[in-house]
Amino acid sequence: MDNLASKSALKRHEAEDTRIKAGPRGSKPRSALSRRNIIVYGTLILVAVYYLLPLYVMIVTSLKGMPEIRVGNIFAPPLEITFEPWVKAWAEACTGLNCDGLSRGFWNSVRITVPSVLISIAVASVNGYALANWRFKGADLFFTILIIGAFIPYQVMIYPIVIVLREMGVYGTLTGLVIVHTIFGMPILTLLFRNYFAGLPEELFKAARVDGAGFWTIYLKIMLPMSLPIFVVAMILQVTGIWNDFLFGVVFTRPEYYPMTVQLNNIVNSVQGVKEYNVNMAATILTGLVPLTVYFVSGRLFVRGIAAGAVKG
Amino acid sequence: MTSVSVRDLSLSFGAVTVLDKLNLDIDHGEFLVLLGSSGCGKSTLLNCIAGLLDVTDGQIIIHDRNVTWEEPKDRGIGMVFQSYALYPQMSVEKNLSFGLQVARVPQAEIDKRVKRAAEILQIQPLLKRKPSELSGGQRQRVAIGRALVRDVDVFLFDEPLSNLDAKLRSELRVEIKRLHQSLKNTMIYVTHDQIEALTLADRIAVMKSGVIQQLADPMTIYNAPENLFVAGFIGSPSMNFFRGEVEAKEGRSFVRVDGTAFDVTAYPASVPLKPGQKVVLGVRPEHVKVDEARTDEPAHQATVDIEEPMGADNLLWLTLAGQPMSVRIAGKRRYPPGSSVRLSFDMGVASIFDAASENRL
Amino acid sequence: MTGLTRGSVRPNQWLRNLNAKIASIPMILTALVIFVGGTAWTVVYSFTNSKLLPRLKFVGLDQYERLWEAPRWIISIQNLAVFGFFSLIFSLVIGFVLAALMDQKIRFENTFRTIMLYPFALSFIVTGLVWQWLLNPQYGIQSIVRSLGWESFSFDPLYDSDIVIYGILIAALWQGTGLVMCLMLAGLRGIDEDIWKAARVDGIPMWKTYVLIIIPMMRGVIITTLVIIASGIVKVYDLVVAQTSGGPGIASEVPAKYVYDYMFLAQNLGQGFAASTMMLLTVAIIIVPWAYLEFGGGRKRG
Repeated sequence: MDNLASKSALKRHEAEDTRIKAGPRGSKPRSALSRRNIIVYGTLILVAVYYLLPLYVMIVTSLKGMPEIRVGNIFAPPLEITFEPWVKAWAEACTGLNCDGLSRGFWNSVRITVPSVLISIAVASVNGYALANWRFKGADLFFTILIIGAFIPYQVMIYPIVIVLREMGVYGTLTGLVIVHTIFGMPILTLLFRNYFAGLPEELFKAARVDGAGFWTIYLKIMLPMSLPIFVVAMILQVTGIWNDFLFGVVFTRPEYYPMTVQLNNIVNSVQGVKEYNVNMAATILTGLVPLTVYFVSGRLFVRGIAAGAVKG
Repeated sequence: MTSVSVRDLSLSFGAVTVLDKLNLDIDHGEFLVLLGSSGCGKSTLLNCIAGLLDVTDGQIIIHDRNVTWEEPKDRGIGMVFQSYALYPQMSVEKNLSFGLQVARVPQAEIDKRVKRAAEILQIQPLLKRKPSELSGGQRQRVAIGRALVRDVDVFLFDEPLSNLDAKLRSELRVEIKRLHQSLKNTMIYVTHDQIEALTLADRIAVMKSGVIQQLADPMTIYNAPENLFVAGFIGSPSMNFFRGEVEAKEGRSFVRVDGTAFDVTAYPASVPLKPGQKVVLGVRPEHVKVDEARTDEPAHQATVDIEEPMGADNLLWLTLAGQPMSVRIAGKRRYPPGSSVRLSFDMGVASIFDAASENRL
Repeated sequence: MTGLTRGSVRPNQWLRNLNAKIASIPMILTALVIFVGGTAWTVVYSFTNSKLLPRLKFVGLDQYERLWEAPRWIISIQNLAVFGFFSLIFSLVIGFVLAALMDQKIRFENTFRTIMLYPFALSFIVTGLVWQWLLNPQYGIQSIVRSLGWESFSFDPLYDSDIVIYGILIAALWQGTGLVMCLMLAGLRGIDEDIWKAARVDGIPMWKTYVLIIIPMMRGVIITTLVIIASGIVKVYDLVVAQTSGGPGIASEVPAKYVYDYMFLAQNLGQGFAASTMMLLTVAIIIVPWAYLEFGGGRKRG
């Protein structure tokens, strides 16, 4: 409240500069409909509408039949609600010759996301812990390379990775893609965990060492139970990041393993057949549903995650 | 019998040398305090003894066993930290038993030791609670308990009372002393608080820039500081220093400062004072008498600048020989600013240091 | 008395902290093999005439010469420049203004933030497809405005080569400004409240306080945000694929898509490597000065 009062006072001060020497003038204007409030809230509401509009349009379009779309406007609510486009998007939409809908992409994405999230977090958290608490010679050098690596465009590294994966015999498989997600999740997650563990009191770690606990005991018994919030943040970051990935899915998997984003793009941007905008929008919402759910459920933690994960761009 | 022995210990981080060939022997059952301001290397030394820092060179011997490269747990030490360092997700009982469980001590033995530690520290009612449900004093008690259950002979304390408020600090100070008296084990205690050092220690090691300046019992440290740094560091307000030159006249010795001559004939110098020698005369505020000198005794005239009544004491700030000095007198005698006083010095308990080497003469 | 016990011998430096080293193997492998090794590999092979398969037959700067002669690459670079310039300016300005508004101790702050940030949770593919639909000339915004009576209204970016990149820009801003707002808001919140009080006591108007005091104090946050946006811009790929597939024609091509298409569709690896090396160079030009400022003069961060 203090800040607001001071800023509004500043405004008044500015406007009434000429009368400044007249002394105190009446009570502070605190009415809800002050000019300042109208400007602030008016702008914010306008902005909010702009941000919500695409979501609204997606939803209403997905609930209309094609004839209604052809005659109506995209903002109009559906005259006759139909869930047919949703069913079609999920179970019948075609990509190439396959006509079993987005469900296949959905399950592929689940099969990619779950192990990728778990493995990348497990690897990076142990890594961050080692960096924060068990500094060894050279560790900082590797960490610096890792962080700089986060800025290297993926395009520079994908072909060598294709070769490595091919040598390992996992190119085109889900395993390969999980490895790729673990690799590219590592810089930001390691940074996240390292900073978190470094922020914990160092004496706790020392006490555990005096108590005789070793590397893994301290990690599992002391650090892990204290760090649940950061694991949730990392989880949010990874679930949304990996679910939304397109490039790695397209490069590192075979068509039968394509994640949902890739399949969605193939459905909507396919050149054959009549464009079914309602089905397209239903499919689009379906693909966005998982990250959106994570986002709305996690709230503040998501903000923390992206503030940390912003490097991912 | 020696309990902990540090030999030629050196530690450097890259180009920065924190400890350089440090030697220290601590007797069995001794309470040793490492005293110094922050950055003097006292905590570093303690961490080296604990095995939490790898030393660059030298040896650490605990109970006749070279433990320089042993893991902390194998050194026979327990440690208490400033921030208590209790594991937040574990109950008090789990906190106490964690180390024993890691060491696979049989459950019956664990229970016995936890029970005993809880009794000694009177924390039995807290055993089921989480650290977050305890007060600062209770937390520190649990932290001490964690060292206690380890059944070791050497306790290391790293500023254990610094996070507590003044009242609790003095309470726990007494308790630590009582604990030491009943356990009779070796304790190494790091602090920057001179009161803690003076009240707890059998011996104090005053440290500065990684070097032990003086290692002695509290009374010696206080009354006969080995050098200018120790003299200035111990005591509050600190010792009054006068820089001057030694003079000999009619069989008596003086230190002349800016036209004022202090008669130091009574000073028990271990090295004879040479006329012309540049020295620093140090007198503690409580070793100055105000208006008590007989008329035939040497005394100095001064004017009170500021009076700070502190209840039991009364602290006077005056100017003598062109420089400010402080005097502590009994609380009921009052001297408002501007009062003229006669000061006489008890040179038998004063200190004189060589100005160049800063060592006691 | 002190015999040569186990504890008196300095252990092998390699075995010290062994568990920590084992745990760091994935990081070390990623850093060395993928990031350093992979990047070096691509740069080296960009000087070869690799086609379908990578071959170590060096042809000097041949690939780069061809790259800069290719109209598609030139268009890609132009698009990236236009897209990058405007998205930097707009997202910084809009993000900062929104953050300043959010910092007025408003009610429903959480609701507003949730609304502004949700697009960021979405995939670029989803964003691209939504805006493809919204900008559809037959049914989208253009047709709505026309149906309101403005018959000659024309806003058809996705089918107009001259302005297609702005169509992509709109979608990108919709998705990204929420993030910039959040970063800026965090920066604003990091500023001591007393600064505002001092400015008030000194009688400095609010806008002046922002321009003269707050923005300079947020230099670090702004630069970091700038770097984040910029390195994201260079990578832009999915959005274009979803929204326009590079069309109409090649009007909305971007470098990242050029790389992918040449590596995996056109089977002209050399071109792909050369183009991706150019991308690397672009990022280096952005990152190196920043890293120097941030980490160079005395390590400010741990």
